Formats: sequence, C-alpha cells, structure tokens
Amino acid sequence: MSNKESLVVVGNGMVGHRFIEQLIQAGGLDRYQVTVFGEESRPAYDRVQLSSWFTGTSAEELSMVPEGFYEQDGVELILSDKVCTVDRELCEVLSESGRKVSYNKLVLATGSYPFVPPVPGHDRDGCLVYRTIDDLEAIAETARNSKVGAVVGGGLLGLEAAKALKDLGLETHVVEFAPRLMAVQVDEGGGQMLRRKIENLGVKIHTSKNTQNIVDGDGTVHQMQFADGEVLNTDLVLFSAGIRPRDELARECGLELGERGGIVINDHCQTSDTNVYSIGECALWSGRIFGLVAPGYQMGQAAVDHLLDVESTGFTGADMSTKLKLMGVDVASVGDAQARTPGALSYRLIDEEKEVYKSLVVSGDKKKVLGAVLVGDAEEYGSLLQMALNDIKPPQNPAELILPQGSGEAPKGLGVAALPTTAQICSCFNVTKGDLTGAVAGGCQDMTSLKSETSASTGCGGCTALVKQVLDHELEQLGVEVKKDICEHFPYSRQDLYHLVRVGEIKSFHEMLEKYGKGKGCDICKPTIGSILASCWNEYVLKTEHAPLQDTNDYFLANMQKDGTYSVVPRVPGGEITPEKLIVIGEVARDYELYTKITGGQRIDLFGVRVNDLPAVWKRLVDAGFETGHAYGKSLRTVKSCVGQTWCRYGVLDSAGMAIRVEQRYRGLRAPHKVKMAVSGCTRECAEAQSKDVGIIATEKGWNLYVCGNGGMKPRHADLFATELSDEQLIKTIDRFMMFYLRTAGRLQRTSVWMENLEGGLDYLKEVILEDSLGLGAQLEAEMAANVDAYQCEWKTTLEDPEKLKRFRHFVNTDEGDSNVVFVKERSQIRPASQEEKIIAKSA
Amino acid sequence: MEWATVCSAGEVTELLGIGALIFDHQVAVFKVDGELYAIDNFDPFSQANVLSRGIVGDLKGELVVASPIYKQHFSLKAGTCLEDGTVSIAVHPVRVQDGMVQVALGSPVSQQAA
Ligand SMILES: Cc1cc2nc3c(=O)[nH]c(=O)nc-3n(C[C@H](O)[C@H](O)[C@H](O)COP(=O)(O)OP(=O)(O)OC[C@H]3O[C@@H](n4cnc5c(N)ncnc54)[C@H](O)[C@@H]3O)c2cc1C
Repeated sequence: MSNKESLVVVGNGMVGHRFIEQLIQAGGLDRYQVTVFGEESRPAYDRVQLSSWFTGTSAEELSMVPEGFYEQDGVELILSDKVCTVDRELCEVLSESGRKVSYNKLVLATGSYPFVPPVPGHDRDGCLVYRTIDDLEAIAETARNSKVGAVVGGGLLGLEAAKALKDLGLETHVVEFAPRLMAVQVDEGGGQMLRRKIENLGVKIHTSKNTQNIVDGDGTVHQMQFADGEVLNTDLVLFSAGIRPRDELARECGLELGERGGIVINDHCQTSDTNVYSIGECALWSGRIFGLVAPGYQMGQAAVDHLLDVESTGFTGADMSTKLKLMGVDVASVGDAQARTPGALSYRLIDEEKEVYKSLVVSGDKKKVLGAVLVGDAEEYGSLLQMALNDIKPPQNPAELILPQGSGEAPKGLGVAALPTTAQICSCFNVTKGDLTGAVAGGCQDMTSLKSETSASTGCGGCTALVKQVLDHELEQLGVEVKKDICEHFPYSRQDLYHLVRVGEIKSFHEMLEKYGKGKGCDICKPTIGSILASCWNEYVLKTEHAPLQDTNDYFLANMQKDGTYSVVPRVPGGEITPEKLIVIGEVARDYELYTKITGGQRIDLFGVRVNDLPAVWKRLVDAGFETGHAYGKSLRTVKSCVGQTWCRYGVLDSAGMAIRVEQRYRGLRAPHKVKMAVSGCTRECAEAQSKDVGIIATEKGWNLYVCGNGGMKPRHADLFATELSDEQLIKTIDRFMMFYLRTAGRLQRTSVWMENLEGGLDYLKEVILEDSLGLGAQLEAEMAANVDAYQCEWKTTLEDPEKLKRFRHFVNTDEGDSNVVFVKERSQIRPASQEEKIIAKSA
Repeated sequence: MEWATVCSAGEVTELLGIGALIFDHQVAVFKVDGELYAIDNFDPFSQANVLSRGIVGDLKGELVVASPIYKQHFSLKAGTCLEDGTVSIAVHPVRVQDGMVQVALGSPVSQQAA
C-alpha cells in the first residue's frame, strides 16, 4: 500500500464528482488515495439538465464523467454500492455489498431525496418521483400506458416535471398546496403571470389543493382526493413537493444535524467530527440548505482547500438567485424577490399583451437593488443580479430598469464598466470579471477561447450575455480592432466577401483579387471565394476558370484519404435505397476492391479509389441512377430520417418523405461549411434531429423546426426555432435560414458556432427569419429558388465532358498508377498499408 | 543532366499542378504566371504522393503549394516547408524544349517510396 492518506467520498452526484475534479486540479491526489462510493448505477451526470432526457438527450450525453476519468488518475469509483454504516471510532465505512474501507478523511456528498407527503396511497404503483435517470425511465414506462398525469407540487421542479409529462403526450395537471406557483422564488404577480402562460400551453393548474388520499380512479388508475372535496382522476402521480437532505448516514453515526435535518457544517465544510466533511445538498450551513448546484461546487472547493491546508475564506454562503426556462417561459428571481426587507420599495410592470411580468425591489432610500422577479422576459437578469450583488446604485427613477426600452434609446441597465473586478460573473465556476478581463488581455479575444480558458458560461449558461458584454467592452478598452481578415490576401471577413461578390456582381477569383485583394491568393481564400461564387451564381464548381480555387476534394469530387486515394459516397436521399441500388453499390465495390462502410448519415462510403479510377467508378454509379452525394463539398451532406408514420406505430408524419424532399431541395448548395439535417417522425426522435444544423421533428400538429445543433467535436443541442409548421411553411423557413447562414457566416463556421457568435442570438435570428425584420425574406427565398433550379449532378456533368475527364490521372506522362498506394487486408476488406507493411510488400 | 519529357507545354494549366513519373521518380509540375516549377510529388508529412493536387498561391510573397492532406506549405522555388524549417523537399530543373515540358532530376532527391 502507498503511504498516502485515505479519503473516502460517499455519493457520486454533481457535487461529489466536481469535488474530485477540484481535488485533482489542486494536486490533492499526491496526498490522498481516494475511494468514491455511488449508490446509483451510473457515474455522476448532469441532474440540472435531467429533463432534457425526455427531449432526446441520452444518459451518456448527460454524463459529467469523461470515459476513463477516474481510472486515469487512480481514483477508485465503486458504483451501485451504497454506504450503509460509518464507524467513526474505527474510521471505517461499510457498504451494502460488504466492502469495508478505512479513512483518514471522509466526505459526505449524499445529496437529497424528493419529499413524498405521507398521504394514504402515496406508495401505489404509478406514484413516482423525479430525481434520477432511473426515475425518468420509470416515468416514461408508466406514461406509455397513461393518458393523464398529475404533478404534486408547483415549484420549480414540479413545473419542470409537468413539462416532461406534457412532452410525453399526457394531459397534464399541476396540483399545488400554496395559493400560487413557485411560491418560494416569485411574488404573487409573477406567480399569476406564470400561471397564465403555463395554462396557455395546455397544462391545468390547481392551486390551494391539499391532497388527502390517493385511491383507485374512476376510469383512470388513480384518483386524488383533496381536502376541499374535489377530486382529480389520473393515471400517473408524480411527487415533486420539495427535497429533503439525505442525512441518514450522518444521523446514524451521531453527527450533529439541524432541527429539520441537514448535516451541520462550518465554513470549511467540516461536520461536528473534524475528520468528516459534508458538501452539496445534504449539508446545512448557517441553518440553510442550498438546493442549487453552484453553492455545492463552492462548498466542494472550500473542502478541498481545507483538506490540502490551503489558506482560504471557506464557504461564505451563496446567492440563491436563479434564472431558468420553464416550459419555454423565462423565469428569474433575484435576491429579495418577495420584498421582505423592511421599508423596501417595489416597482411592477404587467404587460398582458406580451404576457410579461417584472417586479423590482429596491431599498427604502433607493440606493440599492434588493431583488427582482422576471416572468416572460428575463433579459435583465444578468444586470439586475450584478447590481444587487455589487451594491450598484440604481438610476434616479429605478423603474427604468424594468421598463420596456423605446426604440433608439441607449440600452438600459448597467454598463459592464460599472462592475468591480471582484464581481462574480459566472456562479457555476466562480469566475469574476477580473478573471475575464485578465483572460482577454492574455489573448482570449472571442467567446470560444474565453469560455475554454475560464470555464465561464459553460455551466448553466445563464451568464453568457454578460460574459459577451465584458468581452466586447474589454476589446474596445484594449483598442483591439477585432480582426476578421480571412488571410493575408483579403482584409475582409467571409461575410464581407460574400457581400462584395454579390453587390459587385463579381464572377471570378481573378476579378475579386484585382479589386479587393493582393498577391496570388492561397488555400484559405481560394476555396472560400470559390464557394461564394458557387452559391451566388449557381455555377458548376468544376468550371475551368474556377478549378484552381478548389480543394482537392471539390476538384476531384471525392474525399481524399490519408494515403492519397479517395472515398466516394453516392447520394441516398433520406437513407432510402432500393435493393437494386444496394446491389450496384456492392458490385462496384467488389469489382474495384473498395473498402465499404456504412456512414453515420445513412449512406455507404466506398474507400480506396485511385484518382484514375474515379470516373469509371462513377460511370457505373451514374448509369445505375445514383447522383453525387457531395460528401466532398462544404455543402449539404445527408438528411437522416426514420421511417415515420409509414411503418412505425409511433410515427405521426411521413418523416422519410420529408427528408427526401429536403435533401433533394438543398443538395449541392455550397455553404460556409458542411451542413447536416435530419427528420424524425415523432418526438422519440430516432433520427437525432436535435444534433443537426437543421432538425425537423414531427408532431401531431405539424413540424417542429430546430436549428444550429451539432454533434462531433463540440456537440450543441439544437434550438427550437419554430413549431407546428405545415410542409410549405417548413420549406420556406429552411430556405430563409439557410440563405441567411450562407450570407452571414464566417469561413468554416458551422451553424452552431455561427449561432453562438451571432449578436442577438436565437431571438435575433427568429426576428430575421420568422418575422422578416430586415425585409430580406423574399430575397432569401428567391436566391434559394435560383440555387435549386441550377442544381446539377456534378459527376454526371463531368462524365459528359472528355476535357474534364483528363484531370483524373495520377501521371500526365503514363497511365500507370501510384505504386506507393498499397493495401493490405483486414477483416476481409482492404486498408492502407503502414510504412513497414509497404517495405515488406516491396521486398517480397 | 538528363532531361525527361513530361507533356506538351499546352497541357500545363496556370495554377493547376500535374503529376509526372520520370526515371521512376514522382514529380509535381506547376505553372504560375507562365513560369514552370517542378518539385517532388511526395508529401513528407502524410507520406503520400499528393503535392500535385494542392492549391497554389503565395504566402508573404513566396510561391507555395499547400499539401491537400495536412495543409503544410512548400516553396515552389526552394522546396522548403514554411511551417517546419527542418523539412524540405527536392526541387527539379524544368524547361520547355520544342513545345514540350521537360524535367531533370535535381539533387538531392528526397527519400521516398517511388
Ligand atoms: C429535475 C431537476 C432540475 C434541477 N435544476 C436545477 C437548476 O436549474 N439549477 C440548479 O442549480 N440546480 C438544479 N437542480 C438541483 C441540482 O441538481 C442539485 O443541487 C445537485 O444535483 C446537488 O448535487 P449533490 O451532489 O449534492 O446531490 P446529488 O446530485 O443528488 O448526488 C448525490 C448522490 O449521492 C448518492 N448517495 C446518497 N447516499 C448515498 C450512500 N449512502 N452511499 C452511496 N451513494 C449515496 C445518491 O444516489 C446521488 O447519486 C435540479 C434538480 C433536479 C432533480
């Protein structure tokens, strides 16, 4: 054994996991040998995003633990094993499976459990809670045979749970004991507006209802009986009536607890036993439980500091302000939202037309912002929170802070300049304004690098707008002219170049270089401008004068692989293919000895084609009715789909048909980067549309459109953009969206990154596309129509032109192929030979 | 110096590379502003014969071709790699004789799997 001290952590939830990260970051593994027990079968996952499981986020995606994270650092993680006893005399924990581990230091991060009121019938089958992924699986299972669902509890979590039931297609009720919703966070007016908005979404709200009994239902599984004599028939009951700290271990081993539960801790997160720490939702600090994740993270840091003898102020309490989206409704609560401070003044704005409610609470002398409630529009959350936290004086007439902004007025609220450097901007990762300005000065001059450097706004994302403001302000202060030149030849961004080409009706790279550039161009500006010319003038990318602009992939209409051979992907619209065509692909692959692999986009990739064989391979494919799949282009790849209504018993619309229609429409369109789309036939989302640039999901009332999602290196969940669209509305909206992206995105900027950098974000994009705020709609549609009309299969055109076919040879002076291209067999197919294998092959 | 004929001068297009096999050695030939350049076709970074398929341009005034695989730039005149001073490829004499493009093998010819 090592001579390290033993540290045992009980609980691998959000805080328990973050604690390990914090410990590793601080070098704590040099001193401690760490063992972690988790009762759940999975390593820590993002409970905050739990509800997104219902809209398609998988358990794997929710995971907070990268593959191999614990193993690589030698931390022992024991899952599906609950610690059942702590022996503080022997300094030992005992788990249910009988594992005994002794500790020098122990950390209890056991979180909390959902409180279920002890009404008779609360434990009937189909009475569920909402806390873990296992709970969600049980809910989804029960919902399958249910028509009606009722959530007990109209707080924050209750409303989230209601949204989940609604998404599962149940008639949804919320039953609340108090006279209004979210009684803890919002004031009465806010609660009313929230109710109105949520009722408009089709959820029935019952307030001041005291459930007394749950019995067999009348035509339903259950009946809830209330104190006032009324009843509610339902098939599923979901309790979300608050949380209670999981302090049973602490209780049993005699640690000090609060009167109403919770493990009592000091500022260093030590319990009444100095060798035992407690962090997260199970801990009680200064008589308070913190039911949010950010304070738990702060406790984790305090405990790490103390365990490593690092001087620190410890945990000093946390702000409980929150901003969230409940059923698509923005709700925010800041500080003293209920105006409980003696002498406080309140200001309220009620806009029944837009369904917005805002209230602002300031001190009696109007010198301090104390709190706020925002419902329906939480734009001011960031600035009001900062004013409250940093004692920034409100304007003479504080009401201005929540009044709607007149057009042309300067933005209200506080300038970020007013914030002290100590102001905490990101509470999830405790990033201050000073941290941000330091990082900007150190070279992080865009959101992406600033986020990855400081972690700011990578947690709940509530501070994104504020971080961007700090960034912009700092850049301005530093006198940095944000440089957008794409390369040394053109002092312009891709967006500028697009504009110049269109407005100046420029038709060639040469003309562009002469008018706006210098030098000869390079492998950055040439393909960029080539692509712009193609999308503006719908020109065949292989036109002789454009040929030198194209990357090899666009030039040879195939994808170059590491050994200089190419892969070929015929288009299979919507992933639908006839047996005859499958056979043709098989025959071509067999005859040319190609490696075949099914792609993630529901088509077939043929690898190992030598440049001189490309035309012959394509001739066979084109003759059989295939078209180019544009896998080589910065253009539409595939539109993935499920079979939809046609075959599937859950499908509500013809997703495969729509996918084919969409794929045929946008095929060949040259874009700033590749574009992926998908269509799902129901909300089960088998086509994974929410990870695509354009995602379409069928609902009973029409198509829901999602945009700017991404899988791959930097996954991004797509944003819901428009709902319940008809076929025609859907196509029109995508036309506009795509053309606007083509016009305004940067070079090699996927829609996800484009969206993150778009000033005004999703709301702005909605205005431009859905409300036509720039008056561009008709023009965008016309440009798209021209592109659609001009479509041609580039391979078909190429095969018809003997001049073009001349390109496809490896040597100009002999028909020999490249002798350095060597394949070996693996799993019955070819693969490129390694250097060693080539040498062996040659000497043989 | 031994010259090998590659193709007719008309077959080389401005800014578009072509590959040729001379004395069992692969070269890439380019034409920029009417001038011809010949370099190895072998890209030492990817170990593949692909430089004739790169995009031609200039960086800070130096004529270059970009490898289509990992995008390093090689000087057409000197064969040096702009990103990595320790790497360079061979450049070869090239001329037009009686309307035909001819290349001779310059030295040193870099190590390559022909
Ligand atoms: C649906 C939902 C939405 C939420 N939304 C937000 C939000 O928007 N913002 C926000 O800040 N917070 C939100 N929260 C709260 C947030 O998830 C919690 O604050 C956070 O998870 C607390 O972390 P924790 O580690 O203390 O507890 P948990 O994440 O609950 O982890 C505790 C873990 O310990 C395990 N455990 C307990 N006892 C033992 C034992 N004896 N042996 C072994 N293992 C044990 C448990 O099984 C559990 O896995 C939300 C919570 C839910 C359920």
